[in-house]
Amino acid sequence: MQAIKIIRSTTVVLPFDDIDTDQIIPARFLTTTTKTGLGTSLFNDWRYDADGKPKPDFVLNSPASKGAAILIGGRNFGCGSSREHAPWALIDFGIRAVVSTEIADIFRNNSLKNGLVPVLVDSDTHAWLMANPGVEITIDLERRTLELPDGREIAFPIDGFSRYCLMNGLDQMGYLLESADAIDAYEAKRA
Amino acid sequence: MTAQSLFEKVWDAHVVTPESDDRPAVLYVDLHLIHEVTSPQAFDVLREQGLRVRRPDLCLATLDHSIPTVPIASLKDLQIVSEPAAANQVIKMEQNCAEFGIELRNFASAERGIVHVIAPELGATQPGKTIVCGDSHTSTHGAFGALAFGIGTTEVGHVLATQCLLQRKPKALAINLSGKLARGVSAKDIILKIIGEIGVDGGTGHVIEYRGPAIAGLSMEERMTICNMSIEAGARAGLMAPDDVTYEYMAGRPLAPAGEAWDKAVKAWRKLPSDEDAHFDRSVSIEVSDLKPMVTFGTNPGMVVAIDQALPSNGDAAFAKALNYMQLEAGKPVLGQAVDVVFIGSCTNGRLSDIEAAASLLKGRRIADNVRLLVVPGSAPVKRAAEALGLDEIVRAAGGEWREPGCSMCIAMNGDKVAPGKLAVSTSNRNFEGRQGSGARTILASPLTAAAAAVNGRVTDPRELLN
Ligand code: SF4
Repeated sequence: MQAIKIIRSTTVVLPFDDIDTDQIIPARFLTTTTKTGLGTSLFNDWRYDADGKPKPDFVLNSPASKGAAILIGGRNFGCGSSREHAPWALIDFGIRAVVSTEIADIFRNNSLKNGLVPVLVDSDTHAWLMANPGVEITIDLERRTLELPDGREIAFPIDGFSRYCLMNGLDQMGYLLESADAIDAYEAKRA
Repeated sequence: MTAQSLFEKVWDAHVVTPESDDRPAVLYVDLHLIHEVTSPQAFDVLREQGLRVRRPDLCLATLDHSIPTVPIASLKDLQIVSEPAAANQVIKMEQNCAEFGIELRNFASAERGIVHVIAPELGATQPGKTIVCGDSHTSTHGAFGALAFGIGTTEVGHVLATQCLLQRKPKALAINLSGKLARGVSAKDIILKIIGEIGVDGGTGHVIEYRGPAIAGLSMEERMTICNMSIEAGARAGLMAPDDVTYEYMAGRPLAPAGEAWDKAVKAWRKLPSDEDAHFDRSVSIEVSDLKPMVTFGTNPGMVVAIDQALPSNGDAAFAKALNYMQLEAGKPVLGQAVDVVFIGSCTNGRLSDIEAAASLLKGRRIADNVRLLVVPGSAPVKRAAEALGLDEIVRAAGGEWREPGCSMCIAMNGDKVAPGKLAVSTSNRNFEGRQGSGARTILASPLTAAAAAVNGRVTDPRELLN
């Protein structure tokens, strides 16, 4: 996974609450056995018509969204299934951060392990971002801030461990493997 | 000693290294459930890093999500009936399990089925255990007093390699349920009501403990239906105190302890229920005596009403979008809507008592002409038990299809799906857009309500058909 320190990008806005992982990547694409290549199917059923043609009115299809790495979503983003294919698809498409007032637990966990930054903001900041699609903002993991175009910096919560792993591109397996002695001792104690 | 909740007791017993400000806890996992869809990339990571599976004996693997539900005897059959990508996934699963020494309940196994149906059936699901799976409905196992939750594929790799996970301790939410269910109203209606009350994010960051007299009176299968949908309220997990109903269900199952070990285990399990003044971060109380059959009307499980209740209106854009997708109108009830497909199955309602409930209503009746009814047992043992009771014959005589076990139309990954625009009444757990097939419209309901819809070809209050 790619290490991330700063993401500076325009935003793309999906102004709906409760966007579930079945929308992010419909189940029929889960027959893959790899992590890559899902970007073309990201938001498939919102993005393409029945003949597979891009729907011009869907935001990810608009030329202005090209290259945007920050997705602003409604409350409870990523609810539903545990499929890690959801962050894989977002990353494969080029999204590096998701901003909302609330992000579902499993999606959040999965994002952290793949270099997709979950950013929680207050409802005023969120409302502003929703109302101003396409603005350029900066997410700074080092400083744990989201910088708006007028220079205002909004602090966002992220625990030190998750931040360290994101900034160093670690999926946390290494840390667990280093705990082998403690795991051995735990198993011995319970046996 | 300070009072502890069931959740805290199970959590504390599994902490390998405690949580601190800058480190999550290392939490030990007692049972790792594995299926073909969320594991292949995890096995690849093991191969890339030269790792082995630390405890193959603590894994329970099966095929459920992407397999067809037409009769299959071998992988060769699969390649004939299945889409190539789905078949490939199953073949990979066979290879991965063989390579890493994990026993797989495959097509040849008499124990195969949906992972959340077979683990309790086998007695692998036990009070006090930590149970994980690359599947969000792992919360099902909480019905036994286990701490059970869904994980992503990276974490599947972590558990395979280390039998542990890095976790922050969630908060605790108590849901107190009182009263007694009326006839024709079921556990499914309770959980739909709960999700409607607290919302699809009402449980985010929390583990739910369902408690109170209304729970004590439920069977294990009913309890599993409730815990199963904890994730639909956004909760990390949902659990219930184990009691005599739990132990009666478990006794004698192949992977449950036996003899002296059983007595010892029960003694330990009896200490698990929450202490009287255990702390909960939040609590909610719901009375179920007046509950009616519940149905969803929108595109998430929180958009739910009593079957005869007029749909609310709401100025929100997402709400309007959902009603538009469902082709339903505010101010009118779901009752009476014409139905195209009825699906009875899934890890929520694919157990024997669910099929019995549906069959009790289908017996001696025919389903409406334009309806397709699919009844899919949750596992091979459920299927055999239902057939021994003649339920398959009742389903067929009514004009329904009786299928092989699997997730089937709950997730529409391999053949069983609802056509675009068609309306399905489904006993599964998700009514998201396209969940049952691209463009498909889903109403979630109980097995009784689903069967009644099949008979009348319209959304029907099942109590009208009960004799
Ligand atoms: S039945 Fe549905 S919800 Fe349950 S495990 Fe299968 S796909 Fe998931």
